[in-house]
Amino acid sequence: MAKLTLDELRQKRAEAQKGVYLREGEFRGKIIVHMGTCGIAAGARSIVAAFLEELERSGTKDIQVTTSGCAGLCSKEPMATVEMRNSAPVRYGELTPEKARKIFNDHVVGGTAAAEYALGIGSERGA
Amino acid sequence: MPARRIELMLCTGTGCVAGGALHIKQALEGELARHGLPDEVSVVPTGCNGFCGQGPLLVVLPDQIFYSSLKTDDIPFLVQEHFLKGRPVPRLMFLPPEKKERIPLLGDIPFFKKQMLLVLRNKGVIDPEKITEYLARDGYTALEKVFTSMSPEDVIEEITRSGLRGRGGAGFPTGVKWRVCRAEKKTPKYIIGNCDEGDPGAYMDRSLMESDPHAVVEGITIAAFAIGASQGFVYIRTEYPLAIQRLQLAIEQARVYGLIGKDILGFGFDFELEIRQGSGAFVCGEETSLIHSIEGESPEPRQRPPFPAQVGLWGCPTVINNVETLANVPQIISRGADWFAGIGTETSKGTKIFSLVGKINNTGLIEVPMGITLREIIHDIGGGIPGGKQFKAVQTGGPSGGCIPSSHIDLPIDYESLKEVGSMMGSGGMIVMDQDTCMVDVSKFFVQFTNDESCGKCSACRDGSDALLEVLTRITEGEGREGDVEFLEELGAAVKDASMCGLGTTLPNPVLSTIRYFRDEYEAHIKEKRCPAKACKSLTAYWIDPKLCQACLICMRECPGQSIYGEKNIIHVIEQGKCTKCGVCFDVCPPRFDAVKKLSGVPVPSVEHGIKVERKKKGDRLEGEHVQA
Repeated sequence: MAKLTLDELRQKRAEAQKGVYLREGEFRGKIIVHMGTCGIAAGARSIVAAFLEELERSGTKDIQVTTSGCAGLCSKEPMATVEMRNSAPVRYGELTPEKARKIFNDHVVGGTAAAEYALGIGSERGA
Repeated sequence: MPARRIELMLCTGTGCVAGGALHIKQALEGELARHGLPDEVSVVPTGCNGFCGQGPLLVVLPDQIFYSSLKTDDIPFLVQEHFLKGRPVPRLMFLPPEKKERIPLLGDIPFFKKQMLLVLRNKGVIDPEKITEYLARDGYTALEKVFTSMSPEDVIEEITRSGLRGRGGAGFPTGVKWRVCRAEKKTPKYIIGNCDEGDPGAYMDRSLMESDPHAVVEGITIAAFAIGASQGFVYIRTEYPLAIQRLQLAIEQARVYGLIGKDILGFGFDFELEIRQGSGAFVCGEETSLIHSIEGESPEPRQRPPFPAQVGLWGCPTVINNVETLANVPQIISRGADWFAGIGTETSKGTKIFSLVGKINNTGLIEVPMGITLREIIHDIGGGIPGGKQFKAVQTGGPSGGCIPSSHIDLPIDYESLKEVGSMMGSGGMIVMDQDTCMVDVSKFFVQFTNDESCGKCSACRDGSDALLEVLTRITEGEGREGDVEFLEELGAAVKDASMCGLGTTLPNPVLSTIRYFRDEYEAHIKEKRCPAKACKSLTAYWIDPKLCQACLICMRECPGQSIYGEKNIIHVIEQGKCTKCGVCFDVCPPRFDAVKKLSGVPVPSVEHGIKVERKKKGDRLEGEHVQA
């Protein structure tokens, strides 16, 4: 590799920064895919993959994709909950990768919940 | 790079590697592959996380969940539960000493909460073997700033204004050193990074090198630009293989990127950087010895002045900075002298890395702002003393430093305050001692070390340490004489005055400071032939209290010298003439009996052989006592 000029160094740095955003810790929202045994059996893994692909494609850096256990409504799996800062979480059910992409674009990027796939708004109450 | 949802920051510092971190890495990668997760979850090997006592360690990002004391057997369950199903595993989380609740998040653990990361800002956050990871954390932006907008004089001015002082121990102002060297007419000039860390129990420089080597490379390049050097060396001991390997990689990567070498980034500045390995002689940390060592001469110090900044390596002007000092430089350039000067105390700015070891719950590497109190370090970060014992003293500055007693626990730590109480900052070793530590024994230990490591060139250090050691040994063996303490004080002061280099001028510190604060312990050894901490073997005996012994046979079985007599139902007796005082009986006697006692300064009561044990009846049990079947 040829030695870098100042501009090339800056370019390298910008590229490198794309890869480490998970470490910065400031997120605007969170997508939780429910991955209990029921969720995995119903295809939750492909839902995670779809969200991650969308994340990469859109270059979004402030959204976290994470997993959690069974959400309790096993017949509606695969399910995901989208929690955007300063608004109520929305739970989606019977997902497919296509639906996940639409949810990502409408809700996470666009800011409007994809009502047609939503099961409900809000979470259960704690004891 | 594809988007991921989890990054697993796995500590691969020397401590965790020794604890099996590389096997953990293999297991993690294997399990992730088995579940088809490598695209979503990545494993990032990092440098030392700092919480070495709890290793191997894993931090899960972005959620900051902290797993400690991992074993390879835990990994399949962990991967399936947490990284696949998203359910964090509580039983692998950190349990603070003497607490019942585990703490899931890194940021909530007191050990991390009170630290301020400046030099170690990248520890555990980057893979130290990849230059791109350092770049992503704004690496080499300080170098850019220097080349695009600063003259060498500007850099020196900025460092001087920041108040940065040498982190190797003596605390000389870095900017002043650079200015003196810059002003010298003679060329070539050299810059040396001192990573020859020799204090027992200290590993600050090693961990820095293992976790963020590019910070040192960037810092030393800026220093070279400031003083006008075109060749630099990092002097590092051979016993640090991982640090050497990572620094070597960092230098090679920086060379490939054109960040060192000819015409750096096209700005016309040339700088070459090489590693020189030392064989671990303590005296090589002293700058003139270190220079001799690089020159291939035997590592002996020489008289100063002239200082190395004027006449150094091969007779040329040379700046020697500790690597921790150099790692501060990029931060100061990027964020400004005022920002740096805003941290710390009046005379000591910024942060300091300490290795916190000894009788302390949370052993590890910490970075704290100057001015923090010993109390905060020992009780908040360190989690207190194990086994509910009393904090007695802390040794700072290694064999060159001194003991600070518990009465100074609220001392805010900086260069001056430590000196005032008879110790020194040193490179940052911090050894905590509890009530079972004998202060005479401690000062003997350190003098033994410096006596071994004295190069022998000047008689004050060579013969002075011999004489100190002889008297200290005599005292711990019960042969102390009236006047010994006064002799130690007088000789200590003479060795301080007459030695040529830092090794000799500081080696009496442990003796003088323990006399200053624990004179009564010396007196007890000499006059009463008693060791108050019951640590000195010659003055301590082990004895089984016949009223407490339950004739359980455990100590008899475990005694390696077969010096305990007794049998089933017959009280056990230690044969004093045969006993080697190894202390095994004391350690194995069940706490509910607590029959083995240490005695010092009193005659050992004789106990007849063959006494039948009087068993405690069940109803006699003390409250809270649990006899196991």
